Amino acid sequence: MTVLDDRAVERLQQALREPDLEGTGYRLVGLLGRGGMGSVYEVEELALRRRLALKISDVPGDDVERRLRREAEVLATLEHPGVVPVHSVGTLADGRAYYAMKRVEGTRLDAASVRARALTERLRIFLKLAETVAFAHARGILHRDLKPQNVMLGPFGEVLVLDWGLAKRLGAAGAEGVDGGVVRSGDTGAGATLGTPGYMAPEQAQGVPAADDPRADVYSLGALLRFLVESPGTTGTSPAPVRAIVARAMAESRGERYPDVPALAADVERYLAGEAVTALPEGPWARMVRLARRHRIALFLVLAYLVARAILFLVGQR
Amino acid sequence: MVQVVVGLVVGAVLGVLDGLTAWFTPAARPMLMGIVMGSTIKGLIAGLLIGLFARKVNRMGPTLIFGAVVGALLALGVALMQHGYYLEIILPGTLVGLITGYATMRYARGPEPLPGTGGARS
Repeated sequence: MTVLDDRAVERLQQALREPDLEGTGYRLVGLLGRGGMGSVYEVEELALRRRLALKISDVPGDDVERRLRREAEVLATLEHPGVVPVHSVGTLADGRAYYAMKRVEGTRLDAASVRARALTERLRIFLKLAETVAFAHARGILHRDLKPQNVMLGPFGEVLVLDWGLAKRLGAAGAEGVDGGVVRSGDTGAGATLGTPGYMAPEQAQGVPAADDPRADVYSLGALLRFLVESPGTTGTSPAPVRAIVARAMAESRGERYPDVPALAADVERYLAGEAVTALPEGPWARMVRLARRHRIALFLVLAYLVARAILFLVGQR
Repeated sequence: MVQVVVGLVVGAVLGVLDGLTAWFTPAARPMLMGIVMGSTIKGLIAGLLIGLFARKVNRMGPTLIFGAVVGALLALGVALMQHGYYLEIILPGTLVGLITGYATMRYARGPEPLPGTGGARS
C-alpha cells in the first residue's frame, strides 16, 4: 500500500474540485477565488476567444443551484456600469450550477493605495458606489452586504459593486421561508445572520424581518464612507461635515438615517460643492467660514485690489 | 451666453465701484460723475470681451490672463487720454480685469460639452 503525503493529497483534492467544463463552451484557465457557496474560475470562452469569470457552486443540489441562479438573475436585472454583467447560466455535467460573467480586474476598496488618495477623490469614488446602489434600489433590489471587500476599482476609474449573493428583492419577505427572497452565499448557513459585522445595519444584525428596506444599505454605505475617510492610512482627519454625514447614515435608529441612498449621495455632493450639508446644522460663524473658504480666490483678488488702491492712495497723499 | 452676461454684470459693477474710488482723491471729486460713467463703460467693454473669450475658451487660466490683459489695455487707453496717472489707473484696471475673468469662469455655467468631445467646443 502506498502512503501519500499531505501535499499529494492536497493536489489530488484540488484536481477533484476542478470543474469539468466539457460541453459548456468554456476552457478552464485557473482559479480566481473561493467563497462559501462556490468558486470563481477564470475561463476562456471558446467561441469568442475572450476571458470570462465563471462562478460555480461547490456542491450539486437544487438549493445551491437555485441560489446561484437567483444571484445571476439579480445581476442580469442590474444593467449598470457599476455592476458586473452576467453572460450566461448553466449546469455542468456533474450537476453543479454555474454562471459566466465579465472578468473584472482592478483594486479592491480595502487596498491601502485607495485610502491614500485625496479626500475629494475618495468621496467621488463613494458617489459612484452610491449611484450603483441607488440604481439597484430603483430596480427593487437591496445589496445587504456592502463592504470594502465587495467593491472593486477598475483601472479606468470604474467602481464596481461585487458579490450580490445576499441581495434581496424588495417586498419579497416571507416568500421563501425564514429568509424569504434571500439569495445567500454559502458563507452563511441556514438561520445565520446575513451580512458583515461593522457594515451591517443593527436591525439587519438582529434579523428583524422589516429590516429589508433601503435604509439597511444606507447604513452600510455610511460604514463604507467611514472606512474611506477615517481608516488608518487615510490622509488627514475627515472634516466635520463628512463625519456628520457618516453619523447620520449610520444612526442606530432607521428613522434618523437618510431616507434613501440618493439623499445620502446628495449630502456628499453638497459637501464637495462647498455647500452646507443637511447632516450638520451650522451657525452664522460656521456659515461665514464655509462661504469664505468656498469663495477664497475671489476674496483674495478683491483684497488684492483694495490693498493696491490703499497703497496708491497713501502714495498719492505724500 | 451666461458667461457673457456674468462678464457684463461683474464688469459694470466693478467699473462703478472702481470709478467711485476717485472720491478719495479730492482733486478728482468735481469730475466724479464723468469718471464713474467712463469707468462703467470701460468695465462693460472689458466684461463683454472677457465673457466672449470665456465662452469660447472655457478654461480658467487663459481667461484670467485675458482678463488681466484686457483690463490693463483699456486702463492704458484711459491713462493716455488723461496724459498721466498711469500706475494709478492701470494697476487697479488690471486687477479689475482679473477679477472679472475669475468671476466669469467661476460663477457662470459654461457651455455644455458636446458628447464625445471631452469638453471641447466647436
